[in-house]
Amino acid sequence: MLAPNAQGQPRFDHLLIAEMVQHGSRVLDVGCGDGALLQLLADTKNVDARGVEVTREKVNACVARGLSVIQGDADRDLADYPDDAFDYAILSLTIQATRQPRRVLQELLRIGRSAIVSFPNFGHWQVRAQLMFTGRMPVTENLPDAWYESPNAHLCTIKDFADLCRTANARVERAVAFNASGQKLGTWMPLTMHNVLGERAVFMLTRKWAG
Amino acid sequence: MNTANPRDFKAATDTRVLEAINPSSEYFDIPEHEPLRLDGNQLLGPVRVAYQTYGTLNAAKSNAILICHALTGDQYVASPHPLTKKPGWWEVMVGPGKPIDTNRFFIICTNILGGCMGSTGPASINPKTGKHWGLDFPVFTIGDMVKAQVRLIDHLGIDQLFAVVGGSMGGMQVLEWAARYKDRVFAAVPIATAAWHSSQNIAFHEVGRQAVMADPEWAGGRYLELGKVPRNGLAVARMAAHITYLSEEALHRKFGRNLQEISAKSFSFNADFQVESYLRYQGSTFVDRFDANSYLFITRAMDYFDLAAEYGDVLANAFKGTKTRFCVVSFTSDWLYPTRESREIVHALNAVAANVSFVEIESDKGHDAFLLDEPELFATVRGFLNAAAERRGLKR
Repeated sequence: MLAPNAQGQPRFDHLLIAEMVQHGSRVLDVGCGDGALLQLLADTKNVDARGVEVTREKVNACVARGLSVIQGDADRDLADYPDDAFDYAILSLTIQATRQPRRVLQELLRIGRSAIVSFPNFGHWQVRAQLMFTGRMPVTENLPDAWYESPNAHLCTIKDFADLCRTANARVERAVAFNASGQKLGTWMPLTMHNVLGERAVFMLTRKWAG
Repeated sequence: MNTANPRDFKAATDTRVLEAINPSSEYFDIPEHEPLRLDGNQLLGPVRVAYQTYGTLNAAKSNAILICHALTGDQYVASPHPLTKKPGWWEVMVGPGKPIDTNRFFIICTNILGGCMGSTGPASINPKTGKHWGLDFPVFTIGDMVKAQVRLIDHLGIDQLFAVVGGSMGGMQVLEWAARYKDRVFAAVPIATAAWHSSQNIAFHEVGRQAVMADPEWAGGRYLELGKVPRNGLAVARMAAHITYLSEEALHRKFGRNLQEISAKSFSFNADFQVESYLRYQGSTFVDRFDANSYLFITRAMDYFDLAAEYGDVLANAFKGTKTRFCVVSFTSDWLYPTRESREIVHALNAVAANVSFVEIESDKGHDAFLLDEPELFATVRGFLNAAAERRGLKR
């Protein structure tokens, strides 16, 4: 889905998520992959960490490491969980690979008191430049697969995602964009600048509706 | 089909019946004045619970793992079977340094209520008549098997089991424990199992039972009194059941269409094919270690199992408020307890936001995979138990 980081080095978006999550809380990581974020949260924040992952081999590796992970899929399996089952429902670099991002987002907001969503920004200048100058689907460090092999079905820009939050009745509590070297972009920058310079974004959301 | 010398066979039966009444293993007798109330509403007592233990119970009594056996299993999970002398049925999983590590945990395995390896069952003597119970034995359920285990765990002074682990019918007992005795199960590992017995599974069991009952030697269930054994009927039941434990791929890989010790078809009904010979062998060795009436009663208990029905047809209600950590395991080629049925358990657990891991293991060995050398299964169980032990504060 996305290029993996160097072994042992926590991803910068993971570190930011760990910073957002409160100590001892209940967390569901949807699309938890090899369990790196769950492990980070368990180690540094002593959270009750659960995961959902679609790839069988990754699930088995997670469970063998002692993480509570089930084989399942964001589009199908979130419906089982009761409202407010978790303090945080996290969707880390996965929303672009779901079939129905809006529904998934709403499920996250329902089962988590807060939802944390990170995604690759398709509005990043390198992506725009590649499309503009080569006339072909961009392949970057962040989006390494050719269009015909990519699991990413619903790529979006930061502005697109902000629009989705409005439509899905989600309140944006915090939004952070990172540049290619993993530095947070200044909050003084206008959204348009984030949308050009941000390679990845992390949004923390709560639901606007009651209950 | 019976090629054994009748005298050997008589001796084998006698040893088997002796083992059913006086087990080689340890046992605990539930006294007559504290009988079990069975789900069919009868009172049963006294009840003998035969069991084996491995490893050492720690001072806090917090490291006990109960292993629940499947339909034809017994308490000899990691030590030789007293009749067949074969190694324990789950020695790949249980032992020193194994995923269920006897150096670290105290392992308890009981022969289930209704079994024939020393726990009270249809082959035992009915104290009221002085004869074998036979069909007078009350029909019991998976829940009743667990009630008998609970009495043993009480007797051993253990408040909370660190884990309850089992495959197939053992997994049903695990689910029953987790639903009925929530505070007494820290971690639960139901493997290759389901929360209810499917119509197809009931159908296969009925074929087995009818095979036993169609054998004239069964004698209306009174064969032990009459010195008979429904060998052929029970062997056919076992043969049919054995097919359901495998997969088409596993059978093909193992036997293909290979002929047995002959170069051409015999144009007879001899066991020309290796697969026939294999099944006949499975059938005939089974009757030397298992009681036909036990087989009838235990398959019935499995057929009656429906955990959701006990909780208003909503499986999730069975697990409401659970703090148990679950690890649900299924196998890709298991068509007797398919992954779909494990997933139903997982969905129910998710609906109550329980702590659950769920692993589907790729294997072509069918339902039997849970008993075999499956490294991914071992890694899963080891990893899950280690993490749970850490949570429970157990030392390495």
